[in-house]
Amino acid sequence: MSGETAVAGHPAWRTRLAAVPPRTLAVRVLIALVLAFVAAWVGYKAAGNPRTFVVVGLNGLTLAGLYFVVASGFTLIFGLMRVVNMAHGSLYMLAGFFALELQGRLSDGGGSGFGSSSTVGDWVLPLVVACLGVAVIGLVMQQVFLRWNQGQDLRQALITIAISIIIADQTLAHFPGVAEDIAAPDVFPDSVAIGVYGLTYPFFRIFVLLVAIAVGLALWAMIKRTRFGMIVRAGVDDRQMVSALGINIQLVFAGAFLLGAFLAGLGGVLGGTMISVNKGNDTTYLLFSLIVVIIGGMGSLAGAAIGALALGLVDAFGDVYLPTGYTNYSVLLIFALLVLVLAVRPLGLFGRPA
Amino acid sequence: MTRPALVVERALWWIPGLAIVLVLLLAPLLFTDFYLSAVITKALWLGLAAASLIFLAGYAGMISLGQVALYGIAGFTMANLAAADGGSPIAWNPWLAALAGILVATGVGLFFGAIASRSYGIYFLMITLAFAVLAFLFFGQVTQLSGFGGVNNVDRPDIVSNPVTDPANLFYIALGTAAAVYLLIRYLERTPFGLALQGVRDDPSRMHALGYNVPLLRMLAFGLGAFVAALAGVLSVWWNTRISPGSIDLPRTLDVLIIAVIGGLYRLEGAWVGAIVFAVLDNWTRGIDVVGGRFNTVIGVIFLAIVLLSPGGLMGIWQSITDFVGRRFAGAASPRPRPAGERAHPS
Repeated sequence: MSGETAVAGHPAWRTRLAAVPPRTLAVRVLIALVLAFVAAWVGYKAAGNPRTFVVVGLNGLTLAGLYFVVASGFTLIFGLMRVVNMAHGSLYMLAGFFALELQGRLSDGGGSGFGSSSTVGDWVLPLVVACLGVAVIGLVMQQVFLRWNQGQDLRQALITIAISIIIADQTLAHFPGVAEDIAAPDVFPDSVAIGVYGLTYPFFRIFVLLVAIAVGLALWAMIKRTRFGMIVRAGVDDRQMVSALGINIQLVFAGAFLLGAFLAGLGGVLGGTMISVNKGNDTTYLLFSLIVVIIGGMGSLAGAAIGALALGLVDAFGDVYLPTGYTNYSVLLIFALLVLVLAVRPLGLFGRPA
Repeated sequence: MTRPALVVERALWWIPGLAIVLVLLLAPLLFTDFYLSAVITKALWLGLAAASLIFLAGYAGMISLGQVALYGIAGFTMANLAAADGGSPIAWNPWLAALAGILVATGVGLFFGAIASRSYGIYFLMITLAFAVLAFLFFGQVTQLSGFGGVNNVDRPDIVSNPVTDPANLFYIALGTAAAVYLLIRYLERTPFGLALQGVRDDPSRMHALGYNVPLLRMLAFGLGAFVAALAGVLSVWWNTRISPGSIDLPRTLDVLIIAVIGGLYRLEGAWVGAIVFAVLDNWTRGIDVVGGRFNTVIGVIFLAIVLLSPGGLMGIWQSITDFVGRRFAGAASPRPRPAGERAHPS
């Protein structure tokens, strides 16, 4: 830190640059180079085939929407209670299976193959029931197991891991093993024209993106504008002070856990309609939630949005834009994204020390 | 100090310990070939993987879920370099392939450690879990390295005879490796490196203030943990004769965590105690119909019970028993310092 004192006659940016330790500077330059290379590569590919670029970009954005819905519940629970809910992916998966099962019964056991449709009620009712069911499971989990272990974050993580193991095993025992998708309501058109290059795009994916934006705005408004949100924000900073002021913080915790699990369920039904309901979903969506919040910073809603965007875009473009023959290495890109963020900010982009 | 209470307490640790070592040494004579291979040898290499986790958790305060991914990296590297069905067509000497697997996994471990070492507690757990699942997805997707149904019939050194028909050799190799790792870690505990690690576990900021390079220490610890996990990976491939992405998926990752927690996260011996319990339960629940024969539900419930009721695991329970007996012998309840390196709960 030898260069911290300002030297007369030097422009301000030079003084500030000199204040950065050399190793940090090297890391930043390296990251800037990597980002420039990625941008150049994507630009080169996009110029070659702009239609693919638009479609893949939309794939990335809609995936990001789904990831955001799931991860916002995860980050909400952590932000307020410091609970890392390792069963979040299991709740996601469970909601998908609930909705699939219920829809199958409503539509009289009709097969819900790819691209099939259902009436609005046959989609909305399973959605609501699955989300509420999963929300209640989350609430019970919190009240029975987590509530009396408050403040012991490792123990709570282990408890949720144990629950996720049991849920995964019971799911394996009681639900079908083949991946299926939940049928979208038939009032939705299959695809819509998006007005560039005469392309059409699946409507439901755009619907997921819109839902994600709505969820984000609603959560933001709730946290910034309502009394509940005010208590939540205060609880994040100083839980004991809040309860000393006569607020029943346990009620707020229960509400936040209910909401977080509900969002996992919402993501599960949306993802089950958009992609599929699958036995491995608990692992993958736990991973996606983890990555989104590791990138964005635990407990931050804006961080979850940025993290979801980064993950969705890397995920979508990696599968398509890697050189031919190497597209199955796309997982490494997600790993690289994680490494890049952690190298600069160990607590994530918007993270702050607990 | 030779208070009778202390003698009794020591005996309660040493006598069962020596008995277990004796049983293990004579295990090929005492158990059937099937049991020796399917339960005891399996417990030895599973215990080795759990020991790498307990070493990190107990001595460095780093609860890592990346150990199975690291053992998978060692296993896949070895399986690709040695002659096998599937994977790459390279056919090295099996010993050389094993050595390369261990080196690669240790290198990857150091790299993981460099990235994750500035994160603590629950963040560290989350980051290593993300690494673990990414490694699983990587091997699942990159079929050039994992074959389409895993890499099968991996070539073993001649001394590792067929683990099904003649399990004694592999058993003694696993036992020797486990013993060597146990002694190595217990030795490291008293070296300046080990003591500095324990300082980092207890108070990283104070160690930093004292001039220690905390991220470097944590990175080296993670590299050492990766080395131990890699040994487990090599043994597991020799034992299974194959490796597939399914060998390192999330349930497998959590199995090692479960073993460590059941045994006791803060005592090295707990790794093998937990592994034996796990392997015996696994073998036992296959035979009978518990909750529809669902082993994972049974193990999940046991895990939940241990976490809720006895965070110290089985070793913690044994500790309470010896403490209780010791107090009875001492007559009055005299407060006694607890053994070093043991903490009620990690931060």
